[in-house]
Amino acid sequence: MSQDTRQRGARGSGRIASSAAPRGRRRSRLERLLGRHPVGLLLTAPYAVFVAAIFLYPIGFGVWMSFHDFFFTAPGVDVPTPFVGFDNYVTVLSDPDIRASFLHVAEFLVINVPLTVVISLLLATALNSVLHWRGFLRVSYYVPYVAASVAMVTVWMFMFNSTGIVNQILGPLAPDPSWLVSKAWAMPSIAIYVTWKQLGFFILLFLAALQNVPKELNEAAAMDGANRWQCFRTVTIPAVRPATTLVVLLAIITGANLFTEPYLLTGGGGPNGASTTPVFLLYQQGIQQGNPDVASAIGVLLVIAVLAITYVSRKVTERD
Amino acid sequence: MPENPRTTSTPTASATPVTPSEPRTPLWRRILPMFFLLLGAVVFLFPFYYMIVGALQTKRDPSLSGAIPWPSNLTLDNFIDINASIDLGRSLLNSGIFTGAVVLCTLFFGILAGYALATLSFRGRGLLFAIVLLLQAVPFQLLMVPLYVLLVRGFGLGDTYLGMILPFAINSVAVLIFRQFFLQVPREMFDAARIDGAGEFRILRSIAVPLVRPAILTAALVTFLGPWNEFLWPFLITKEQSLQPLAVAIANFTQTGAAFHPNAIGAILAGSTVLAVPAVALFIIFQRHFKATDASTGVKG
Repeated sequence: MSQDTRQRGARGSGRIASSAAPRGRRRSRLERLLGRHPVGLLLTAPYAVFVAAIFLYPIGFGVWMSFHDFFFTAPGVDVPTPFVGFDNYVTVLSDPDIRASFLHVAEFLVINVPLTVVISLLLATALNSVLHWRGFLRVSYYVPYVAASVAMVTVWMFMFNSTGIVNQILGPLAPDPSWLVSKAWAMPSIAIYVTWKQLGFFILLFLAALQNVPKELNEAAAMDGANRWQCFRTVTIPAVRPATTLVVLLAIITGANLFTEPYLLTGGGGPNGASTTPVFLLYQQGIQQGNPDVASAIGVLLVIAVLAITYVSRKVTERD
Repeated sequence: MPENPRTTSTPTASATPVTPSEPRTPLWRRILPMFFLLLGAVVFLFPFYYMIVGALQTKRDPSLSGAIPWPSNLTLDNFIDINASIDLGRSLLNSGIFTGAVVLCTLFFGILAGYALATLSFRGRGLLFAIVLLLQAVPFQLLMVPLYVLLVRGFGLGDTYLGMILPFAINSVAVLIFRQFFLQVPREMFDAARIDGAGEFRILRSIAVPLVRPAILTAALVTFLGPWNEFLWPFLITKEQSLQPLAVAIANFTQTGAAFHPNAIGAILAGSTVLAVPAVALFIIFQRHFKATDASTGVKG
């Protein structure tokens, strides 16, 4: 807004305003209505229309569906979709499978978020302190991130199945039943896979944050006799706090969106439903079983849960 | 946010000032981070390496020695095999059309909106910018079912490229990258052109777009990953195999078709290699242009 007034004060006649409307009172009225550069409306119109059609309307529609009895019909057939209040939400909340799926995401987050934050911060700090091979190391960390999850999931399946290379190395220490078919290990395995997959991106985020930390801070701390760990704790960690908040936020969003990994790694929510996620059930309910209204209710609840968790995590990570 | 030159792979002398305590640091302390980092790199690269080795092996060997590509056990048959089950050329073409269209749309809408948001003042600019930021936080899980109902059931766009592309055609990250870029361009450049009588479209075409080229590469790289690696949405809306992008075709083969193959794992890994290697190669070539700060501009607000 300050840009707006500065511009208006500094220069009298912009070409757009003067050509789009005659001079004098009418121009200023038009200016008041559309702003100094009405052409901006034209340039952003395609984007705005897309936003409305692909994001805002579907969100509204989804929330609407969650309060109505909605089902698929043949195109053009008009059937009533009565308002049912919180019925769909009651259905969702009373379904033990759906409740379990939310717990699975919680389990995922409890493993994934701390691992992600700690390992990516440590690796970024180490990367920031070495002089050689930085490019090579950076690239090797983001190879998993840029490779398609569908591709990497298949490798993990073969590495972690009962006769896979991981169990060959572990020998008698390997869990039985094996990782991805064990009720206890399925979700932690998925959480570790996703940590590995996403870590490169978070390392880059922390690396960018670390490079904005003034070197003098560390030097001053070192002068005062702080050892490496003390420097890390008192200088680095507070300095990268905004990045930490962002990493936690993004990791939570990733976790809430979890679908591809459990779907492929554990054959769609196995073993015995131990790795179902809300998005997986949303897919089952909404698209396979034709209950888009119930699925929308799952979606709304999931979003509310994510907002609540991110709010709490922000409070925790931003605390001084 | 200006990138520190030290992120590039060739550290310059000036960018690495020696801290006062460094000469007295014991050797192990200097080697330790490197050891830690190399160990990490092995952990990160191994599955990727193992995928390629597995794709080239005639017979799968799950033991430790299976991680070594013995010349006697190497073959390209797995690629022929997977090509027989899922038409690789066709799937790659689908991935290419999907990804190409998404990147083009993203750049086009992104440049227009980013330019307008950065340099023009018009009614609703603040609101639009707020929406751009908000979209970063809109979770796909809330959109998935309504979009499916609308696009597939409502408009009959199931099994079409259009249906695949539409939800990805705008990308707030690209808008923010371009907006950020245009904000760094001195305003006088645009103002001078305006005083000379150039219209906004002329300015956009002759000044803004040529200037923004480096940002186009960054934005294209960042948006390329999404559709190329995307599984869920194309999986939902394509039932016809001839329209499925490679990621969906491989996932479906892994889930169902693999049982009948003599070396199914080799075939799956061959397909995975075809899917993963182009993106990785692209990012290695253009690694300097890929910065996490760009990809996350939006979330930071």
